[in-house]
Amino acid sequence: MTVPIAWYMVLAAVLFSIGTVGALTRRNGITIFLSIELMLNAVNLLILSYARLLGDQAGQVIVFFVLAVAAAEAAIGLALFIAVYRLRRTIDVNRLNLLRW
Amino acid sequence: MEVAVFAIFALLSVGFAIVVVAHPHPVKSTMSMVVVLFCMAVLFALLGAPFVAAVQVLVYTGAILVLFLFVLMLLNIGRERASAGGQPAQRWVALVGAAFFAGFLGMLLWRTHGPDTLDALTPDYLSIHRLSWELFTTWLLPFELVGLLLLVAVVAAYAMARAPQPGEMTPAAQPGIVTAAAAESAEPGGETT
Repeated sequence: MTVPIAWYMVLAAVLFSIGTVGALTRRNGITIFLSIELMLNAVNLLILSYARLLGDQAGQVIVFFVLAVAAAEAAIGLALFIAVYRLRRTIDVNRLNLLRW
Repeated sequence: MEVAVFAIFALLSVGFAIVVVAHPHPVKSTMSMVVVLFCMAVLFALLGAPFVAAVQVLVYTGAILVLFLFVLMLLNIGRERASAGGQPAQRWVALVGAAFFAGFLGMLLWRTHGPDTLDALTPDYLSIHRLSWELFTTWLLPFELVGLLLLVAVVAAYAMARAPQPGEMTPAAQPGIVTAAAAESAEPGGETT
């Protein structure tokens, strides 16, 4: 018996939502980034399950691009946090309120 | 057999994903993320994308998460401290919103998923030869653009994370920006300028 493709899709929706909760509630900048990576991975799972459903390899190619963009995002984001930490000695996003008001 | 593998790794990934977003210590969050990404790689392989699964393990867990760990240890980030000016309602609002979102999205995907029985995996779909052909012919321009994007990211990351050189105009030298020393002397919440 094979796994119905809808199970993969529901799993992707659940993981994406868990990532959303993390990105909204955590205050440590790096954990927020981890949550965003989780959301990206859930989207990858969804793309791959549609590729499997349609039997089209283009979905796999797109997943590579998503992986590359995620790597670029992680590099830039972590460099930003290093720069911010050098200036403020914290990466707690509640205390990075210079531009808030 | 396939159902058992799917169930085990789906449950593992959801459980460790909850640890990722709930654990107060960022290093443990990152290590749980490693487990989540491995489980996702297994699911990718189950979906007939073994090469993507291999790249996931190599690039994500091998490079990106090591970068996360490296930065965590470089900056010596510890546990998240309990609510320093946080919004108490924030967590519950986010949880309720995300639960609605998950239900809505899950139902939508459940209803529009197409046939229950998939066609069997063909050697064509599994073939790395065909995948690379696709990547380097049909998707050549996006591929080159992604390469350019990575180059830009490397240069930008270097430019931002570099320590300011002597004689250079640093943000700290400009008025209106609170530096680390000033922020430490004015703890807590006295950071408005």
